[in-house]
Amino acid sequence: MIIAEQKPLNDIIQMLEGHQRVLVVGCRSCVAVCLAGGEKEAGILAESLRLHSELKGKGWDIEEITLERACEKEWVREMEGAMEGKNAIISLACGVGAQVIHDIYPGVFVIPGVNTISMGAPEEQGIYMEKCGGCGDCVLHLTGGICPVARCSKSLLNGPCGGSQNGKCEIDPETPCGWDLIYRSLKEQGRLDLMDVVIAPKNWRPSRSGGLRKTVRREAVQTEEEKKIREAGQ
Amino acid sequence: MKIIGFVCLDSALAAAEQAGSKDKEFSSAVTLVEVPCTGRVDVVHILRAFREGADAVFIAGCLEGNCRFQYGNIEAKKRVILTKSLLQSAGLEPDRLEMFNLASNQEWRFAEIVQEMVSRVEKLGPNPLEKVNK
Repeated sequence: MIIAEQKPLNDIIQMLEGHQRVLVVGCRSCVAVCLAGGEKEAGILAESLRLHSELKGKGWDIEEITLERACEKEWVREMEGAMEGKNAIISLACGVGAQVIHDIYPGVFVIPGVNTISMGAPEEQGIYMEKCGGCGDCVLHLTGGICPVARCSKSLLNGPCGGSQNGKCEIDPETPCGWDLIYRSLKEQGRLDLMDVVIAPKNWRPSRSGGLRKTVRREAVQTEEEKKIREAGQ
Repeated sequence: MKIIGFVCLDSALAAAEQAGSKDKEFSSAVTLVEVPCTGRVDVVHILRAFREGADAVFIAGCLEGNCRFQYGNIEAKKRVILTKSLLQSAGLEPDRLEMFNLASNQEWRFAEIVQEMVSRVEKLGPNPLEKVNK
């Protein structure tokens, strides 16, 4: 899932200046699980902004809505009615959702209400850990199910650096060394032989180094003919 | 003066009732909102109370370790901390909000809590929204 964190209220208030009719948009997917932008958080933000507006006499008209998934156009189009008369949206969806919302409503000012942090998972209630570096060339089968790209601070692929001490990373005594975790995991699996596998210098082009990544599933892409048939049926 | 108190049914409400019957008078400016546990009080409830013109809001729950639902009062405490920071950013003094813990037989403590909030409002003045709305 995508991990995000709500921006401080002061920052959101600043970004909102100059806009009167505002829709706060939450998302029931990842940002709801990490308690950054679900229905509850959208309600709290909207109420805080109303209080601020009334205290400062700003006259903001604040409404709120929470989408099932803000990263898919079909769901975003469902807020058509709520968008009537609005000139700004505060998106509590991740950066993906915020952009899809902008795609559907290009004439409306979209304010990011959260910072999108990482691809990760809940460790325990309220604590979320980055798990995947999204490198586009997965090696988890060689590394005991632990991503060296995300969980080693240097994204090393062939063992720890000299900064690994007592299982912790040199960046912070609380951060586990990714390669210590990998070693322990492989040991538990009885696959320490994989520590000897030399992973070749990584091709970073499938990662961000290759520019914008576009994924195409040919069997799912509609042909021009299919599109015409579907459009005629609507 | 308008003070809203979200009170736990098991502790603070009982203490408030005893305070009334034992001549531990407390200010009539207080409106009590009975909740089954302070863990039921959400940030939005507190913010709405201020938007509706409350000069101060307090949440009074069981002593820590005594919650019928084990940790409802601890959840409430965390929400109060969050709400105080939201109030600050929104433009209202965080001291207008407080969380208290007490036992059902501490009617004297309930009277103290009310007095504490009354004093705070006297010091901070009325909710500025009253002025804006006028």
